[in-house]
Amino acid sequence: MRALGFILRKEFRQILRDKTILAMMFVMPTIQLIILPLAMNFEVKNVNVAVVDHDHSTYSQKLVNKIGSSGYFKFTGAPASYAEALALIGREKADLILEIPSGFERNLVREGSQPLGISVDAINASKAGIGAAYLGQVIADFNARIDMNVKNAAPPASGVIDITFTNWFNPRAEYKYNVVPAVLVLLLTLIGGFMTALNIVREKEIGTIEQINVTPIKKWEFILGKLIPFWVIGMVVFTIGLCVSYLVYGIYPRGNLLLLYLFAVVYLIDLLGFGLLISTYSNSQVQAMFIAFFFMVIFMLMSGFFTSIDSMPHWARIMSELTPVTHFVRVDRMIILKGSGWNEVKQELVYLLCFGVVFNGWAIWNYRKTN
Amino acid sequence: MKQLLVFIRKEFYHVFRDKRTLLIMFGLPVVQIVLFGFALSSEVKNIRIIVADHARDVHTQQIVSKIKASPYFILEEQVWDYNRIETAFKEGKATCALIFPPQFGDDLLGQGRVQVQIITDGSDPNIAKTVVNYLTAMLGEYQQQLNPTARVPYRIVAETRMLYNEEGNGSLNFVPGVMALILMIVCTALTSVSVVKEKEMGTMEVLLVSPFKPVLVLIAKAIPYLLLSLANFTLIILLSVYVLDVEVKGSVPLLFAESTLFIITCLSLGLLISNATSSQQTALLLSLMGMMLPALIFTGFLMPLENMPLPFQVISNIVPARWYYLIVKAVMLKGLGFSYVWKETLVLAGMTVLLLGLALKNFKTRLQ
Amino acid sequence: MIVCKDLTKRFGDFYAVHDISFEVQKGEIFGFLGANGAGKTTAMRMLCGLSFPTSGSATVAGFDVYRQQESIKQHIGYMSQKFSLYENLTVQENISFYGGVYGVGKKELKTRSEELIETLGLQQEAKKLVGGLPLGWKQKLAFSVAIFHRPRIVFLDEPTGGVDPLTRRQFWDMIYEAAASGITIFVTTHYMDEAEYCNRISIMVDGRIEALDAPRNLKQQYSAATMDEVFYQLARGAQRAAD
Repeated sequence: MRALGFILRKEFRQILRDKTILAMMFVMPTIQLIILPLAMNFEVKNVNVAVVDHDHSTYSQKLVNKIGSSGYFKFTGAPASYAEALALIGREKADLILEIPSGFERNLVREGSQPLGISVDAINASKAGIGAAYLGQVIADFNARIDMNVKNAAPPASGVIDITFTNWFNPRAEYKYNVVPAVLVLLLTLIGGFMTALNIVREKEIGTIEQINVTPIKKWEFILGKLIPFWVIGMVVFTIGLCVSYLVYGIYPRGNLLLLYLFAVVYLIDLLGFGLLISTYSNSQVQAMFIAFFFMVIFMLMSGFFTSIDSMPHWARIMSELTPVTHFVRVDRMIILKGSGWNEVKQELVYLLCFGVVFNGWAIWNYRKTN
Repeated sequence: MKQLLVFIRKEFYHVFRDKRTLLIMFGLPVVQIVLFGFALSSEVKNIRIIVADHARDVHTQQIVSKIKASPYFILEEQVWDYNRIETAFKEGKATCALIFPPQFGDDLLGQGRVQVQIITDGSDPNIAKTVVNYLTAMLGEYQQQLNPTARVPYRIVAETRMLYNEEGNGSLNFVPGVMALILMIVCTALTSVSVVKEKEMGTMEVLLVSPFKPVLVLIAKAIPYLLLSLANFTLIILLSVYVLDVEVKGSVPLLFAESTLFIITCLSLGLLISNATSSQQTALLLSLMGMMLPALIFTGFLMPLENMPLPFQVISNIVPARWYYLIVKAVMLKGLGFSYVWKETLVLAGMTVLLLGLALKNFKTRLQ
Repeated sequence: MIVCKDLTKRFGDFYAVHDISFEVQKGEIFGFLGANGAGKTTAMRMLCGLSFPTSGSATVAGFDVYRQQESIKQHIGYMSQKFSLYENLTVQENISFYGGVYGVGKKELKTRSEELIETLGLQQEAKKLVGGLPLGWKQKLAFSVAIFHRPRIVFLDEPTGGVDPLTRRQFWDMIYEAAASGITIFVTTHYMDEAEYCNRISIMVDGRIEALDAPRNLKQQYSAATMDEVFYQLARGAQRAAD
């Protein structure tokens, strides 16, 4: 037991002398918290439209004006032909083309209907879909309000359904509320998983582990000696993260702070176990990093950080539930944004505890001093 | 020349001995392609909705059936109590709610107007907008059902064409992004580590005393990773074509040429990093964790660049992956030729020359 | 102190260590020699409690290598050429760490480390990082740290690799002092002149012990003028190439 004290003292000394780790501890959270939420904005706005107007009539002008004033679209260039507009799309200057055929206004009155051509850069299928949908809505709205239609429209036989809409917890639907809690999780994941694995394997590579093996230091003392310092660092970084979130974004946990910290504690233990596990399967720092990176990428993508879990197919959702990151991202968002309480999140705690047991148990079983 | 080959062969031995890293190197793109192609989607589906139906009449029931039948929604609960909604949100059980007032049907037919309320869980902003759109559309449809004659006599019909992607394949956007990401990170990291490891172990000095010019040492280190990355790149293309049904619309040789250029850019970056660091740990942390963020964000494949604050857009210009992403999109997905991408190619080439030059100059002066 | 009988370590069909038997007395300086790949390191690892033998028996400081590995570790010291001290800790910090880990009490720790620093003349360097010390100092410090907790036996794995002859002499002076105070020394080395400093030596070839005696007896036995010669005659016939 006493040996643990000495080990911890040594580990802390070594870590605090390592400038890289210090930079990671302080610089990284700040940078990530500032950059990621600002960058992660998935809204579809500023859609660039290239209008090819073959008609130049009052109606076509009105339509174009309406599109311009909708706020979603920006006009690029004034292409005289479809081919020119296509070139604009090729150069990524335009996202969609609206082609108004010649004789548009005249034919609309004469024949009762007219087609409008919308061509969308569909490489980003969802952006295209949304852009086209917006445009469609603007056009439909324009359609309904054309003088002729307003004059001749038959009143509806039965009523109209109005919709009021409220957005809870995030009235202006700003992305940063969604992203900031997730970034906090990312920070803990990087420290708990990456750095721990790297640190332990480094000792393996240099050979200092042999020296430890010869001493009376027990297996569990060594492991704890490696995990505890990073656990402490993780909690410090988490706190720094919360402070930065508040100072820069004004986001503070609506729910119980202690509850949040409880989850952070358990989550860190899970990730530390994972880092330990990785270290038992790596022989070099390069390997450890790459393995950790591999899993980190999978975890981040599957955790609901960038995309919604609900949208995933069934098998993917199951995979997602099997990673601790998913659960903590969920809980983090729940406690910080919605103020969820103990009753609502206690099940997630159980999951996180299970992960902790599995990862750490497996890692310790793997790690042998003597063979 | 023959000596150089010997050297290169030694480097290849090093690389192939580390089977785990090789596995990850080729496994990463596979995993990403599978995930992006099949699991991840920016579409919003399977939205868990709660309906608080205070009216329980034939109209609300019909609307609820529509919701049940829709692939976009999963009806979690039908409740009576408004307060249940907040708890459900906090539990994470549902992400939106639709509330019908009592007398829904009566008001609709009698007064001609009735109001429903939609509440969304704003912790996921994506949901909010999409839910309103979907529900509005559904309610609009129901309205139409009730009023079959309320149609505008003069109709503008919007005909939409999907360019480059008639099938609406959602994976298209990700493939160039994955390419840029993987090549940039893997290449940079492995090259930088390879050089730093020799420095750390002290074998670098042995190499430098040999009759080799220092330049050749670096080249020999970089070549295996150049070839491996090309192999990786080929793997990604094959996966995209055969697993994701994303075809290469443009010229394959051009694509390869551009990719080779990009790989060299990344190698140069790796060499530059190895000059600046003296331990493997630092090199790895810098190139993997440090590069990950810029690669993910500043290429613009996950989040549109136009949405980001101006300073970010400026910064993205110095990230090589961003230019490469544009080139791959243009050549592979749009089938465009060199005339469309010469500007981007020039930028990449310029960056490569700069990085390589810096790396070599630094290498010579840092022979401690 | 060390009793070893038919100790064997087998990896599949390969016998790294094949039925070695020997005894080491308390206070002896025992040289454990052999070519690279002969099995020295493997044997030493078994004796240090780092690895389980496949068969045979051994006790170190009276403790069984199968069942009492933790006790063995408590009572031995170890120093390897590859590594012994943490480069990014200071001299003082290294001493405190190892002393503490081996259970040296706080007061003892303080007194002994002051003594040690004075004896080695490292007063100026006490608060400097070990990484900055010249190799010779490092080796001497490492040895002192290895015996800091007054173990019964200290295992030295090629401790004088790479140091100049003067420092090597000083190092062996320290070893003699330690032996005189009752610590048993188990040392492996490639320097044949150092073999002469030992009370007895053993030479391993291809996993077995081919010679075990005091240096001068061996020289007589093999009609050799130096230990170099003795070694050469024995190792020449080795089947195993160096690793």
